[in-house]
Amino acid sequence: MTAALPTTIFALSSGQGRAGVAVLRVSGPQAGKVVEILAAPIPKPRKAALRKIRHPNGEIIDEGLVLWFPAPGSATGEDLAEFHVHGAPAVVRLLIEVLSAQEGLRLAEPGEFSRRAFANGKLDLVEVEGLADLLNAQGEAQRRLAMRQFLGEASAVYERWRGDVITALGLHEAAIDFSDEDDVAAKALEAARPVIGGLVAELRNALEKSSQNAAIRSGLRLVIAGPPNAGKSSLLNALAGREAAIVSPIAGTTRDVVEAQIMFEGLPLTLADTAGLREGSGDVIEQMGMARAQSEARDADILIWVSAPDAAEKVGPPRKPDLLVENKADLDSIRSRNDSALLVSTKTGFGLNRLREVLKNLIHVKLAGAEDAIVVRQRHVLAVEESIRLLNKCLGESGRAAELVAEDLRGAARALGSITGHVDVEDLLGKIFSEFCIGK
Amino acid sequence: MNGNFDVIVVGGGHAGCEAAAAAARLGAATALLTHKRATIGEMSCNPAIGGLGKGHLVREIDALDGVMGRVADAAGIQFRLLNRSKGPAVRGPRAQADRKLYREAMQAALAAQPDLEIVEGAATALIIENGAVSGIKISDGRELRAKAVVLTTGTFLNGLIHIGEKQIPAGRVGEAPALGLSGQLAAAGLQLGRLKTGTPARLDGKTINWSILEEQKGDDPPVPFSFLTTRITTPQIACFITSTTARTHEIIAANIGRSPLYSGQISGTGPRYCPSIEDKIHRFKDKTSHQIFLEPEGLDDDTVYPNGISTSLPEDVQEAFIHSMPGLEQVRIIRPGYAIEYDYVDPRELGHDLQVKKLPGLYLAGQINGTTGYEEAGAQGLLAGINAARSAGGSGPALFDRADGYLGVMVDDLVMRGVSEPYRMFTSRAEYRLALRADNADQRLTPKGIALGVVGPARAKAFAARMEAIAAARNVARESLMTSSALAKLGVRVNQDGRSRNAMELIAMPDVGLERVEQLWPALAALPSFAKEALEADALYSGYMDRQEAEIAALRKDEGIAIPTGLDYFAIPSLSMELRQKLSRAQPGTLAQAARVEGMTPAGLACLLGHIKKPRAKQVA
Ligand SMILES: Cc1cc2nc3c(=O)[nH]c(=O)nc-3n(C[C@H](O)[C@H](O)[C@H](O)COP(=O)(O)OP(=O)(O)OC[C@H]3O[C@@H](n4cnc5c(N)ncnc54)[C@H](O)[C@@H]3O)c2cc1C
Repeated sequence: MTAALPTTIFALSSGQGRAGVAVLRVSGPQAGKVVEILAAPIPKPRKAALRKIRHPNGEIIDEGLVLWFPAPGSATGEDLAEFHVHGAPAVVRLLIEVLSAQEGLRLAEPGEFSRRAFANGKLDLVEVEGLADLLNAQGEAQRRLAMRQFLGEASAVYERWRGDVITALGLHEAAIDFSDEDDVAAKALEAARPVIGGLVAELRNALEKSSQNAAIRSGLRLVIAGPPNAGKSSLLNALAGREAAIVSPIAGTTRDVVEAQIMFEGLPLTLADTAGLREGSGDVIEQMGMARAQSEARDADILIWVSAPDAAEKVGPPRKPDLLVENKADLDSIRSRNDSALLVSTKTGFGLNRLREVLKNLIHVKLAGAEDAIVVRQRHVLAVEESIRLLNKCLGESGRAAELVAEDLRGAARALGSITGHVDVEDLLGKIFSEFCIGK
Repeated sequence: MNGNFDVIVVGGGHAGCEAAAAAARLGAATALLTHKRATIGEMSCNPAIGGLGKGHLVREIDALDGVMGRVADAAGIQFRLLNRSKGPAVRGPRAQADRKLYREAMQAALAAQPDLEIVEGAATALIIENGAVSGIKISDGRELRAKAVVLTTGTFLNGLIHIGEKQIPAGRVGEAPALGLSGQLAAAGLQLGRLKTGTPARLDGKTINWSILEEQKGDDPPVPFSFLTTRITTPQIACFITSTTARTHEIIAANIGRSPLYSGQISGTGPRYCPSIEDKIHRFKDKTSHQIFLEPEGLDDDTVYPNGISTSLPEDVQEAFIHSMPGLEQVRIIRPGYAIEYDYVDPRELGHDLQVKKLPGLYLAGQINGTTGYEEAGAQGLLAGINAARSAGGSGPALFDRADGYLGVMVDDLVMRGVSEPYRMFTSRAEYRLALRADNADQRLTPKGIALGVVGPARAKAFAARMEAIAAARNVARESLMTSSALAKLGVRVNQDGRSRNAMELIAMPDVGLERVEQLWPALAALPSFAKEALEADALYSGYMDRQEAEIAALRKDEGIAIPTGLDYFAIPSLSMELRQKLSRAQPGTLAQAARVEGMTPAGLACLLGHIKKPRAKQVA
């Protein structure tokens, strides 16, 4: 055969480093030959088989599971083999050496498995992006969201939306091209309006969910603010489970924003501790710290306002906090100034479990519905916003020229089509594939 | 007698006339071989030219100095600008023509064309030498030789007429079909298919009760097709409207089994947008009446064309249902309606120059390529004629893309996607519709035509004058200023912000528009109407043109990424088998063309792009 075949690629698909099991994937026309050399005979398609994995020189490298996915019924659409071996670094290193030595094989480039899957029509753009997220997913909520995109559910919705625009467009085009035929034009325009109206409502709804989505993708930002010396840094450390912020009894110890990343309920949370807020201070640095604290508090996804009986509260929160915490419940002088505040003591641990519980509920409320979100990425958001703008133009001002309304509908169809990759492919590809990381 | 030509055009229909005239304008020694001199320019069906989308094509033909626009202006007896109430991009000039005047004007135009010789006869076979076409055999034994041949045989290839249960081999009613040619094309490996179209009965106008019918007048003054026509001088007539009745629908429904369309006798696919009356009644049962336009076929001809009741029902059923319509109770039927089935060549066999890929030297244009309509045929004929002449003269092909005009859109649709029903032009097929207008066809195409040498000096001069007039009109419009308060006093509602508005801004406002603006400034009213139309388009589309131009630039960029000819798609392993087959068949010349291959996916396109951009150095055996 003289046809140019793609090279066969392989990579360690599980994480780097010590692990119980390591998975190596080989994709491409040579994959079958590789299995024959290392672990003959080739197992039945899609059935795990226990095999001794041998060096071509006969030496046994390991015993492990081998899976065989002949093209096109594989993740990449090519012949694909998987070796599940013991995760010892020595084993993995030796296998990679052996694979590299095979003619026509090379280590995959970043994103190459997905690129091939895309090229073979196994994934569309939204699915590819979903996979990127899936591979980067840190928490359970993120994983579920990514999974939906990957499974093509989101693509189906985009296609349905685009289908709706095409329906409305078809009706408008009919009114233009068949205006000389009886009553076609009037009927067509009448039929198009509810289609457009319904779609705009649906797109708006999807956009609302998208801001929640963005939170899932990037994680929520939880800001701790309050008067100086209320124990904000202690609270951060308590939630983070480590000494992330310096704690001292001296008011104003925290001058800049201190951050800690934690996993909370399957969701990445960024905790931000801020400078205490009080009236007037000659210290320029503290002034700047307070200004930052104010703006952090305003922009927070979740704002916790911490007070304490021994901390004078002269300055209130810049916006309504999501949660009021009264720290230092251990102090004798405790007298709750605010019934709605949650009593905790970072010193004794009192109330912390309750705080976690309350936070969990708060986050769930914030993200309700976010998981079945469709519009996830900034690119999607922009395209949906553009279609809403154009569709609204079609619904607005009566008396606009028919061909301009049609033009706006064409634009909306293009915008929605661009999400799943119906147009503008060339520009998108680089961007999308650059998000991939090899070997996952 | 043996003739030697640069170009032979077979068929004196709408495609053939344009092809022959264009080749001759380029200086090629051209022969137009057709059955009968007298049927040159015959309108087989509806005696009307133009319409939505089609009117654009006529203007484009005219912009390239073709004949159709001028001939239609000479023969037109009722002109109407369709979609007049909509914007300039979707307006379509249309005219009903006097069938005899049309033929005469066409024959006169061809007679006046230097380098063009008309030969009567029936082509029976192509002369194929070394895999290339080099001439034509005629039924009387003569042979004509040429460097390039254009086939424009219309509905004649294995044509078969159906009237009810009756079947008559024919190219048109009363004319013999062409039998040998399609077999020869199939033998050369071309994919052929079968399509169907129909025509209504013709009525005797003397027996129609006109007095009870609604009258439809043409535009006054009529808007001509040709950029060169200043005034229509042929007398204008009115049309009349009748409609089908409950009785009509009953008769047709009761006899539908006798229509060859429903009895299974016709295998060819007909156009969805131009259905027979039996189709309309069968498919749209809830519609109780259809409008029928009664269009006189000529000034001194009593024949009437009833537009909207094309049919292949048996003659007795035709009689009965026609008599069930108001005004037609006593009408005499001159000729029954009929359906015709014919062979066409899958246009994916052609390149964008309309040359057959498997038979160099052979060009196809018109209904033979699966299209329907005079305008579609004419535009293809023009393109095929230009390219045949260029190839005969040793020049490379002249191509038109989707941003050049409807001509480019049509040819690209045909050769890239093929047809599944007779192809007709619509404005919705043009993605750059706002830029491709009937009013600016000359601005889009005449300069290119001048460069190609297909546009003569008279038109070139007229074009320059028009451009000057439009430029001057733009200046007048920009300088026509009025303050918001002055406008308010005249009853024009604008924001009272003290700002002056110019005429362009006002034309763009939906509740002001061109007509009102003309009343405000007499200097604008005095401009020639084509200049006013140009202003209107500028004003109305200003917000959209930037975007459309950006899209056109993007298209041209992709059109600029050439795919090497003869690329082996089966050697691009990451392409799906289905796409490999489709691309191999379509052989797109550029990335933009590949994108338009039916079933093309973004993924496939990405693979293809990757493959062209970095050809694999290493070939694995
Ligand atoms: C019955 C009927 C109904 C139609 N209905 C519609 C309609 O509803 N709407 C619409 O848009 N269009 C309709 N058309 C189509 C329209 O008439 C054609 O699309 C248009 O005329 C095609 O132009 P052409 O140049 O390709 O072929 P034609 O106009 O058909 O011209 C073909 C010419 O080639 C000549 N010729 C053919 N074979 C040979 C040969 N072997 N040797 C020499 N000369 C040859 C013929 O004599 C004729 O002059 C209809 C046509 C027919 C026949």
